[in-house]
Amino acid sequence: MRRWLFLLTLLPALALAQDMVTRDGVTMTAAQEAQAEAIGDQLRCLVCQNESIEDSDAKLAAQLRGIIRQQVVQGVPPRRIMDYMVQRYGIFVLLKPPVSPLTWLLYAMPALALALGGMAWLFAARRKAAPPAPLSEAERARLDELL
Amino acid sequence: MIPELGHFALACAVALAFAQGVVGIFGPSLRDARALYATPLLALSHFTAIGLAFLALVWSGVVSDFTVENIADFSSSAVPLLYRITGVWGNHDGSILLWCLILSLCGAAVAVAGGGLPASLRARVLGVLGLVSGGFLLFTLTVSNPFTRIWPPPLEGAGINPILQDPGLAFHPPVLYTGYVGFSVAFAFAIAALIEGRIDAAWGRWVRPWALISWCFLTGGIALGSWWSYYTLGWGGYWFWDPVENAALLPWLTGTALLHCAIVVEKRESLKAWTVLLAIATFSLSLSGTFLVRSGILNSVHSFAAAPDQGLFILALLGLTIGGSLLLFAIRAPVLAATGIYAPISRESALVLNNVFLCAIAAVVFTGTLYPPFANLLFGIQLSVGAPFFNQTVLPLTAPIILAMGVGPMLPWKRADLLPALHRLWLAGAAALLVFAVLTASRHVIAALGLAGGAWVVISALIDLFRRRFSTLSRSALGAALGHIGFGVTVLGIAGMTLAVQKVVVLQPGQSTTLGGYTWTLQDIHDAPGPNYTQRVADIVLSEDGAPFLTLHPSRRFFAAQKVITNDAAIHTNGFQDIYAVFADEPATGGAELRLNRHPMAPEIWFGGLIMALGGFVSLSDRRLRVGAPARRRKPEGAVA
Amino acid sequence: MSPLRRRLLFGIPLALAVAGGEAFYVILRRMQANNYDPHALPSPLLGKRPPSFSLPGIAGMQGFANTDLAAPPKPMLVNWFASWCVPCLQEAPMLAKLAAGGLTIWGIAYEDDPQALAQFLQQNGNPYQRLAADASGTTAINWGVYGVPETYFIDKTGIVRWRYAGALTDDVVARYLNPLLAKYS
Repeated sequence: MRRWLFLLTLLPALALAQDMVTRDGVTMTAAQEAQAEAIGDQLRCLVCQNESIEDSDAKLAAQLRGIIRQQVVQGVPPRRIMDYMVQRYGIFVLLKPPVSPLTWLLYAMPALALALGGMAWLFAARRKAAPPAPLSEAERARLDELL
Repeated sequence: MIPELGHFALACAVALAFAQGVVGIFGPSLRDARALYATPLLALSHFTAIGLAFLALVWSGVVSDFTVENIADFSSSAVPLLYRITGVWGNHDGSILLWCLILSLCGAAVAVAGGGLPASLRARVLGVLGLVSGGFLLFTLTVSNPFTRIWPPPLEGAGINPILQDPGLAFHPPVLYTGYVGFSVAFAFAIAALIEGRIDAAWGRWVRPWALISWCFLTGGIALGSWWSYYTLGWGGYWFWDPVENAALLPWLTGTALLHCAIVVEKRESLKAWTVLLAIATFSLSLSGTFLVRSGILNSVHSFAAAPDQGLFILALLGLTIGGSLLLFAIRAPVLAATGIYAPISRESALVLNNVFLCAIAAVVFTGTLYPPFANLLFGIQLSVGAPFFNQTVLPLTAPIILAMGVGPMLPWKRADLLPALHRLWLAGAAALLVFAVLTASRHVIAALGLAGGAWVVISALIDLFRRRFSTLSRSALGAALGHIGFGVTVLGIAGMTLAVQKVVVLQPGQSTTLGGYTWTLQDIHDAPGPNYTQRVADIVLSEDGAPFLTLHPSRRFFAAQKVITNDAAIHTNGFQDIYAVFADEPATGGAELRLNRHPMAPEIWFGGLIMALGGFVSLSDRRLRVGAPARRRKPEGAVA
Repeated sequence: MSPLRRRLLFGIPLALAVAGGEAFYVILRRMQANNYDPHALPSPLLGKRPPSFSLPGIAGMQGFANTDLAAPPKPMLVNWFASWCVPCLQEAPMLAKLAAGGLTIWGIAYEDDPQALAQFLQQNGNPYQRLAADASGTTAINWGVYGVPETYFIDKTGIVRWRYAGALTDDVVARYLNPLLAKYS
């Protein structure tokens, strides 16, 4: 009897979530949830100001999260899920814009800034790199005298 | 009555500020000695006038005077006293007034503490500050006036935005603005020096404390803002690359570069052009940040609801200030020729390298933040640039800075050998490699890199401190080391946070779940009313190996006046890890939807910021930095001059 | 380096700042003239047909499917709205006016309750010739709807030519809708 009572106290422990997670109405493995979160982090919540759909409390964000998770469980590759969203909402929904001629300045900026900085440094360094003129005979003699 | 007095004081302040500006800038050129002594007095009276105006507004908030439109729109009598006071700067008009107050405070500080400066330089510095203040005060008085009255007054105000009803509001804006606006002094020094046509080592020494104190406050302000979002917004994020956050980060990046450059100007008379340009750039970025937030051009969580008309006024102010200063910079270019030389491997070089990378990061953040409006303007497309972009581009650029930070302080000026310096740092290198190896083995590569980098910086700085032996250690060297240690600690914190774990789960009372090695049990959900809200609290018990050790009480608050719900996260910290629970929702089916998190090393992020700011203050306390402190002792006979 | 060259070099930051300032000025002017809204999204449906869907009717009205939008006899509007949405309430008189003027408007109720909807229509009038219900919000997502109200203009070939997110006002109708009606009638 006592043993059964003891097991009874462990009942709440049975409510422990296993390796399966339920989020936004979809049940999936922890690995799938991680993948869904990674996709969601790349997508903008459209009714919020500057948040991803993972971070947002908005209803639309929850619906989109649900759709992503459903597709992940069905085995749709991340690329296709992102395309699904872009097809409906345009590239604005991507938190990192696609690389295209219109965004080359954005993506080239790190290298560009470094190149400019490096050039400025080289420019300044080269201007001053000229070593002092070699000593003339008279100056050399004076130097020996002093030392 | 009081609001009218405040309004009058504001008008007086405009006049005084412009007087300060004109007298300060033209007085020295006209060789008028009276101008040199009048300017500090004008700066002090200008500060007093604004101070009175600000107090009048705060008073109106405290007594809930709803004839003042600003108070009626953003406060109510149900709001607790602390927030009736601090809520004054929680809206657009009030925060601009705070901006102006701090700008005038900078002028007053220079007037009071700048006794050691040459009189003409001090007058010009105050003059520049006066003109900038005048412009912004004019903006406040005409377009953004917090003293507009309404009659008849509403019975009750609209109340404060619930998210702002938090102690963080009391501290974050004033500290941040002091940093932001404080760089106006370095800016004024740069302009004054350009007008005078002389930038030299003395100038470097004078400008440094002002840049340093602003930097300390800006670091503190950003850290406070980040910490505030962390505990108030409810999902454990602390930095979102939101445009307004970037607007504060940009002056910090160039301000850090400025600090380092100023050292070189003072010690070696090199890098003059860099230093002046950075001083102009830092304040220009502060100004631009203010403009962008208030113009409505950017999509941001923080944006004030401002109008394009106000945006145009500020743009005009920016045009005059930034355009004028850069024009002066170009015209005075010959004055900014460097006189010092240094080898490719030397402390100067390390500092230049540091600057190049800091400015590169600033350029990337700047481009990313402004790309959406510019792409819309030029190409007619609407795109987003968010956290994923910034993380991927900025983080790699910090690696060279982290590496250089360890070695730089070890290198002597002018010419150095790299190998002996690296040799001294073997311990730091070994520790970094060890940390990296351990973490990569468990497949957390990003965390491995970050933690290794943080360890490298912290241990290198400690080695530097011990090498100098505490007896001969100057406060500024100690301050610098603390600054670097603080940065390293923040890096450790950020790296640790990449190992954070989160779980979103719906529990009924009595149910449990596991996360991060702990068992989380929802015990109960109950009510707990507040002054202007009702509240539902969830009690969560954490146990490890069956033994309970912690109870958390996250809650949801309902603010009747604004019909808004906020989540109050429950955070428990042990200094090296945060346990973070949020009561996200109460589903109709009963129970509670909870967001549970375990955040390793989270406290270190802000702790590091605190150490950085502390290092700055320690450095400031160094007597050698006191602006031209007069000799208090007569030199002993026969001492070398 | 000669002073002039040095001045020109040091003038580069000024040039960049001036360019930036110009750009911001143009952006602000456009915002003032309501030509630029940083929060608005262009719809990917522009120039395409609405996606495949079939929604039931609600409040006693007939629903419709995308096939019904394939070739309307004259240009029409599809208006996404909900009884719980405040701007939709503000827009209702304008829709009534447009419908009275002969414009065909079909509505889709977004995640709405039938009784609340019936009450809304009773209080504000019913400008819709057909009214479908998207209870789950799935069709809305397929359309790229991200809030209510949103209005889509569909021409006689069934192609979406314009999407407006927000309540239709006199200004919006005059500036955008009337020229479209003129162009596609």
